[in-house]
Amino acid sequence: MSARPGIPADDAVNIEINGQPCQARKGAMIIEVTDDLGISVPRFCYHKKLSVAANCRMCMVEVEKVPKPLPACATPVAEGMKIFTKSDIATGGQKAVMEFLLINHPLDCPICDQGGECELQDLALGYGRDISRFAEKKRVVEDKFIGSLIATDMTRCIHCTRCIRMLREVAGKMELGATGRGENMKIGTYIEKSLESELSGNVIDVCPVGALTSKPFRFKARAWELQQSPTVAPHDCVGSNLFVHTRRGEVMRVVPRENEEINEVWLSDRDRFSYEGLSSEDRLTTPMVKVDGQWQTVDWETALQTAAEGIRAVIDAHGADQMGVLVSPDATLEEMLLTQAVARGVGINNIDHRLRQVDFTDQDTAPLCPTLGQSVEALESVDAVLVIGSNPRKDQPIIGHRLRKAAVAGAQVMFVNPIDYEFLFDVHAKAVVPPSQMVASLAAIAACFPEAAGSSADAVKAAISAANPDDTHRAMAKALKDAGKATVLLGNVATAHPRFSVIKALAAVIAGASGAVLSVLTDGGNGVGGWLAGVLPHRGPAGTAVSTSGLDAQAMLAAPRKGYLLFGVEPAHDCENPAQATQALAAADIVVSIGAFASDAMKEQADVLLPTGPFTETSGTFVNAEGRWQSFSGIATPTGDSRPGWKVMRVLGNQFGLDGFEQQSSEEIRDALQQQLGTVALDNSQAVGAVAGAAVFEGLERIGDVAINAVDALVRRAPALQATPDTAAAELVRLNADQAEKFGVRDGYTVTVRQGDASATMDVEICERVPDGCLWIQTGTQAAASLGAAFGPIGIERV
Amino acid sequence: MDNFTNFLKSLFLWELLKGMRLTGRRLFSRKITVQYPEEKTPQSNRFRGLHALRRYPNGEERCIACKLCEAVCPALAITIEAEEREDGTRRTTRYDIDLFKCIYCGFCEESCPVDSIVETRVFEYAFENRGENIMTKDMLLEIGDKYEAQIAVDRTEDAAYR
Repeated sequence: MSARPGIPADDAVNIEINGQPCQARKGAMIIEVTDDLGISVPRFCYHKKLSVAANCRMCMVEVEKVPKPLPACATPVAEGMKIFTKSDIATGGQKAVMEFLLINHPLDCPICDQGGECELQDLALGYGRDISRFAEKKRVVEDKFIGSLIATDMTRCIHCTRCIRMLREVAGKMELGATGRGENMKIGTYIEKSLESELSGNVIDVCPVGALTSKPFRFKARAWELQQSPTVAPHDCVGSNLFVHTRRGEVMRVVPRENEEINEVWLSDRDRFSYEGLSSEDRLTTPMVKVDGQWQTVDWETALQTAAEGIRAVIDAHGADQMGVLVSPDATLEEMLLTQAVARGVGINNIDHRLRQVDFTDQDTAPLCPTLGQSVEALESVDAVLVIGSNPRKDQPIIGHRLRKAAVAGAQVMFVNPIDYEFLFDVHAKAVVPPSQMVASLAAIAACFPEAAGSSADAVKAAISAANPDDTHRAMAKALKDAGKATVLLGNVATAHPRFSVIKALAAVIAGASGAVLSVLTDGGNGVGGWLAGVLPHRGPAGTAVSTSGLDAQAMLAAPRKGYLLFGVEPAHDCENPAQATQALAAADIVVSIGAFASDAMKEQADVLLPTGPFTETSGTFVNAEGRWQSFSGIATPTGDSRPGWKVMRVLGNQFGLDGFEQQSSEEIRDALQQQLGTVALDNSQAVGAVAGAAVFEGLERIGDVAINAVDALVRRAPALQATPDTAAAELVRLNADQAEKFGVRDGYTVTVRQGDASATMDVEICERVPDGCLWIQTGTQAAASLGAAFGPIGIERV
Repeated sequence: MDNFTNFLKSLFLWELLKGMRLTGRRLFSRKITVQYPEEKTPQSNRFRGLHALRRYPNGEERCIACKLCEAVCPALAITIEAEEREDGTRRTTRYDIDLFKCIYCGFCEESCPVDSIVETRVFEYAFENRGENIMTKDMLLEIGDKYEAQIAVDRTEDAAYR
């Protein structure tokens, strides 16, 4: 136990714990050393990811030559220190503290959701007295309403302040605080309000008692009934590791799985609470076929046969070019691979997973796949980041957290965004411009680098030479140039931008000139997997060339096809232009929808519905933005008659009489692709190619970033998430006060917004984060399901 | 010597006479046969028979869905599902006991923090159809309501030893 790896000799001190000599890092707290060595010291307020508060006093240990016990979490080790964690002084202190803690803690373990996994309960067993000596009245504290996700029982609170520290230090906003002192201390929001943080669910994990518990999980199950299975979150390109807890095959809740390289010990609310959607009424439980406008429940064979015949009929009558295949970027790698194999096997080249992208001009010269170009962990040690078209806090909360960590550590974080998104750290510089001006703004930054005029597409060169940099742009360029480790990060707004190719080219120019890493955050849980699996019109699996390029997601909806095969897609919410997608599907002869859910809208449009399992019911692989392959296995019992997606596609392949659909397991499919890929280093460098030209328009533009709780079918069906303030705001039209005055609207007015023929009626909110000439209407939501393109011209009129 | 006495004993049917002596004694002593079902043996107040769920005097069900009985049950006979009732309290939505699995050990009763699940003195019951062995929450509450007086007396008597 003496020399431990990882401690440099000049940084080590020799100490003795319980008579065992060992080495520790200088300045480390005693509790860190004991935790490393596996010596248990009881604690409540100490949390390895949070600052030291030393207010619970539970971690008392005896140190030689110190008359009183010391808190292990706040006592740094020193040379020659002799520590005793089990001596009479130490345990005496611990037991005394426990007695004080239990004075006011209610004895309601039988109805407490934390019962069975409660730190206080566990430690009370070891350090509590059998009989209480306290006969006086116990303190009672009123419960607080802090939103739809977290239930409170504040009488149980032991004032460890972990929740306060977690929200302040990790989530970045002090949403909870303590008022009063001593016995009168109360944790709360002061003024009743819902927590707004996208990481708020983590207070449930850090709370050592049952004061803060999960509201959707409330009273549903006990910790000891649950089976814990590891899996991966499907909602963003981070691929947070999580545990799904099931009881008798039914998913009861989701908790984070520690992975220092990805999500540390945290989990975004979206990943934590989306499981509620699994038991939604919209779940498709049996294969269904529409006969004469009536839905009929059929067996799998009939359904697959009908689907295959329908697709075959379209191909025979109109050619394979009249079929379109849209795959959700949340599908697993295996599902994607087999879907594209089926499509290409019957000659369909119109296949895509980039549902929210509009500009595909540069796809032929694009690298194998977009990537973060670095690890998620590395993001927190950058010195300067230029974030383009992204709201990482809401789009990829874990990336937002890493960026915040970087910023708090002194990194210069800069933004070029259409909305002045709220970031909970000091932003070094920001350019908030309407989407149509983003290219000009980026060109202005690029123009600050003398070397930027070099090799690039003509349109990019023209944009740079026409640019007019101001001080903000120069400050951004300087910060990137001067930084040791710099990153240019393209987010989901950039990807959905009508001139994405130009933005990407300019980002590459800026990254090249400043020596920064170019990073791309992809859509969905498996956007990178979509590229690798060849769910693209112009490339096969592993980037292989295809003989004929098909139509991309945008083109196959803009020019309606006769038939569509949808895999996990809800066109009115998942596609960039819901109105266009709805129209295209309505006009099609056959629509085969494969997925876990079938909304009423889907039942109107589709002809065959095939139920597949969501990520909890199928084995599969997600590739995250770093290019990390994370495989998982099916956890929950399949709902009704649903089957894993890859099996459905395999049998559909057999129905078409195609070769190569004999896989026995999802691993087999994955390994085949892995073998084909070999070892490739992912990066975003791209040869100079064509880029989109400028589209100039007058009037208002829409800013349609994806709402945090509307990214995919599962999240949209999670009631607790749909009751958060984020979702409520996403259903509104937001514009700034000047614009509102111009159109004669005020907060709370109802307006009609129009995009060509598409229109929607929504309520107005005045929001100064929106630049002039723009309406902020998020996409993916219920309200936006009848609207058109996420970015583009829009009109507004009062109702 | 032993051989000789054994020979005499078997010759005079000594063992038989010994047995007949006992038979004869019982023939004339007071009878202890219980004429079930007209007559019944006395029961302990700790008798562990059919289960019941109790209520408080105000009619509120006692069970708070803590699931300790489910956890402690060695035969896995208890199945509970719970959720928040409209008034915010923790209640079961399903409380099933499979009487075929149950071994009547009484652990459920012992583990219950609110004296809700109890084993009554009822032991005369039979099933005529499949599935009747599953006692649902409503059935258990009904039994509780029916025998509450006896249950309450039994618990009070036993309280000193618990």
